[in-house]
This record gives sequence, C-alpha cells and structure tokens, in this order.
Amino acid sequence: MTGVAIVGAAETTELGRIPDVSQLQLHADAALNAFADTGLTAKDIDGVATAGSTPVELVHYLGITPRWVDATSVGGCSFMIHVRHAVAAIQTGQAETILITHGESGRSQIGRGARGAGTAGLAQQFESPYGAMGPTTMFTIPVLRYMKEYGLTHEQLATVCVVQREWAGRNPRASYRDPITVDDVFASRMIAYPFHLLECCLVTDGGGALILTRAERANDFPQKPVHILGTGESAESPMVSQMQDLCSSRAFRVAGSEAMRDAGIGHDDVDHLMVYDAFAHLPIYGLEDLGFCEKGEAAGFIADGNTRPGGKLPLNTNGGGLSYMHSGMYGMYALQESVRQMRGTAPAQVPGAEVSVCLGVGGMFAASGCIVMGTEAAA
Amino acid sequence: MADIQPRPLPTPTPETAHFWEGTRNGVLRLQRCLDCGHIYFPPRPFCPACGSKRVEVFTASGRGTLLSYVINHRRHPSFDGPYCIALVKLEEGPTMMSNIVECEQTPEALVLDMPLTVVFERQNNDIFVPLFRPAEQST
Ligand SMILES: [Zn+2]
Repeated sequence: MTGVAIVGAAETTELGRIPDVSQLQLHADAALNAFADTGLTAKDIDGVATAGSTPVELVHYLGITPRWVDATSVGGCSFMIHVRHAVAAIQTGQAETILITHGESGRSQIGRGARGAGTAGLAQQFESPYGAMGPTTMFTIPVLRYMKEYGLTHEQLATVCVVQREWAGRNPRASYRDPITVDDVFASRMIAYPFHLLECCLVTDGGGALILTRAERANDFPQKPVHILGTGESAESPMVSQMQDLCSSRAFRVAGSEAMRDAGIGHDDVDHLMVYDAFAHLPIYGLEDLGFCEKGEAAGFIADGNTRPGGKLPLNTNGGGLSYMHSGMYGMYALQESVRQMRGTAPAQVPGAEVSVCLGVGGMFAASGCIVMGTEAAA
Repeated sequence: MADIQPRPLPTPTPETAHFWEGTRNGVLRLQRCLDCGHIYFPPRPFCPACGSKRVEVFTASGRGTLLSYVINHRRHPSFDGPYCIALVKLEEGPTMMSNIVECEQTPEALVLDMPLTVVFERQNNDIFVPLFRPAEQST
C-alpha cells in the first residue's frame, strides 16, 4: 500500500483522427478534462510529469508553478513510471498533487517534433543499416523464435486480436468495433511476416491525464478514488537484437514482480489485467512474464477464453492498442482503462473488479512500468 | 530497382571504430574480457558482465545461425520488395541484427537455426556492412 490515490483521470475529448488539434493541445485537453474530473485547477497542481512533450512546456502552457517535475521518457510505459515516481514524491512530501499528461498526434502529426537519433547511436549503427524501420519490424522480430521454442501457432497469435476485438465491440470509443475472425486476420495485408495488419496496433491521435494525491485527501474529490497498491519499473536495451531472451522480457519480469510484491498481492487477487499490446504477441509475453501463465502456456490460456468477456482474467478490456486506440505511447490509455474498471465506470465493466494490474512496455521491449490499482487501500 | 537508395549508414564512434575498420578489411570483430572471458557485442571499451576495462578485440569466425527474423513487406527506400531482417546468433555467443542474402526471402527458405556465414557488402570507401548468407552444407 502506497498511501497515494488517483483522484482524477480523463482522456482527450476526441480519440482517433484529430487533424485540428496539435500534440501540445492534446496534452492540455486531457489535463483540462482531468481538472474537470476533480474540481481542481492548474493552481492546485504542484507536480507535473509527462513524456512526448516536456514538463517545462506543459507547466508554461497550463499555468502551473511546479515544485516537482519528471520528464522520464522511455516510450509508451513512461506514464506507468510517472505514476511510480509520483507515488514516491507524494509519500516523501516533495509534491502534494501531481498531474501526469499524455498527448500524441500519432496519425495526423500536428505540431509533433521530428523524431530521429542521428546515425551514431548504437541502434543506428547496428540495426538501422539492415532496414529495421520502427516497431513493425523491430517489436515483431522475437516472435518466430518464440513460436519455435514454445509451439505458438499462427492461429493462436491471430486469436489474441480476435478476443480483443470482442472487448472493443463493447467500447463506444474504440476505433474498431466490428467482430473479426482468425481468417480475417490472415486475410489482412502482410506487414512483417509473421505479422498481418490486424496483428499490429492502430495509429491514432489522442491523449490522457491523471491526477494523484495523498489517499487521505481522496474522499474530498467527486470521483471514487482509485488506490495505487504497488508499482515497478525497469529497462533492458535500446536494441531489440540485444534482448537477453527473445521469448521473455526482462523489463516485464522486473517491473511486474516488483509491483506485485509492493502491492502484497498474489495472482489470484487480480480481477483485471491490462498488458500494453502494440502487437499481438505482447499479451502472451505479458501473461507469462507477470507469472499468470507458465512459459509457453499464455496463447492457450487466451485461446481457451480465459481473457474474453466472462473469462476468469479479463484482459485489455478497452480493446487494447490493437482495437481501441494507439497514439504511439499507448501506456496512458491502459492506465485510464484500469482506473475506469476500479471506479466501476468502464463500458465493458468487469463485475466486482477490485484489483487491476496494468503493465506497460517502452520501445521494443526496451523498458517497462507496472502499476497495481485497487478499489480500496490495501491492508 | 533503379530508385533503390543507399542503406542508412552508420557513423562509427571512437568506441565502435574497430568494428567498422574490421568489416572494411573483411573480418568480423568482437570483444572479449580478459578477466572473466565474456564475449560481447555491440562494442564498448569495458566488459558489460564484470566491468573490467581489460578487454581485447578479436576476429570472430563469421559463422552463426538464424535465431529469428521478420520479412518486412512495407516499403523501405533501400530495399527492393519484401526483405528479411534477421537476428544472427554468432558462434562465439553474441547476437547481431543483419540481413540474409543469397537466399529467397520467404519463410520456406529462411529456416530457423540454419547455419550462416558472414559476407561484407561495400557501401562506400569507409563502410562495409556485415550480412549473412546460408553456409555451405559441408562442415
Ligand atoms: Zn568481464
């Protein structure tokens, strides 16, 4: 138990294709919606964390005078790590009320700074010359080894997407809601063998924001507080080619086990799970690296219906990066869904859910953050 | 074919210069720790296993096996049609990314754990990129 709670949470007003809003304004729109969710204003915020923009830009734009800033930027799990850092800051009195924002014009590319790391970085020297071009060719590259080692089939990989589309069908804000079959996945365009288009995340625009404060204050706010029970973070390598084990993420294992230990919970205590799904194999790695399944068994666990609506471990209940939305740094949307499930307000609400685990990934298995949330402050 | 652009080329740093000097001269260079024996890649002037600065550069065998790959179907300006991006497990232990050449770029031709041998593709006078082709069947 951390003594810290999420008292405000909101996504941007729109999700999907938002060509008339800059990336900075997506951050701000999400922040303003989170203010409305809490009844707070910028004047009440004394700590800011963000990735994709800088806290400097944010505090200026929103009119915040911070005494604590965190610019940790390690990809899509940065927001999980911001939550962890915010917990520590609030526990030690470095800040009282912390705003975490995400905004990304991933599809429309409005007001988005240039990416690119020159030609002298390790990845630029030892991966880029071979035609590695972003997540579709890099995040995906371990999976053939996994298939050979553990017998994962193409049908099982496609089934991950089919199941998540079932959840998306229950979410009015999901980008894609129509049911799909394994054959639909196979019929979609090949992106990077063995991955078809429907096994890759969306590219959309959007944002989200969270506000955290001391749990003792949590009942002063209009929304049901969501308690942070435990947190974890880690990093491994900027190069997917240098993963210690192509069949498992060290960063997942470190971040996940620390968050579960910190929360003092076991796997049977978990009612709801989010695993950042940039590609179809991520939920498989996440289920195993978090310890919900033995090595090699997660694909069967999913195919058997355990993560579907009505299953014993509802997974990626917003539809995930594969069907709900994916701006580039999706971690914020996974956190938002965990908050909704703990508030009891999710469109595809898991009845009676009291503990949610939310696992994020950054880069191509480069980093991870994991947050355990609960409806009650744990004993 | 006519509009194929050069590969994105690396800019060597002081710590990696020996590797690119090696490929220019037709050899694949790795590093070995003189204290703990760990063999590692990518280059750095200390051992990532034990921290020792007593490390040496040596010429690797150039042999390896196909550890994993994808076949990219999206257009890349430096490649003509679908191409394999591979992870090669070197005989000495480290893994490196590369392309597989002299081989059809299909799942049927690209079989995991197939033996591979390094070849060097000239990009300009300074940069030769290490690629891998299927090894001869004889040992
Ligand atoms: Zn050593």
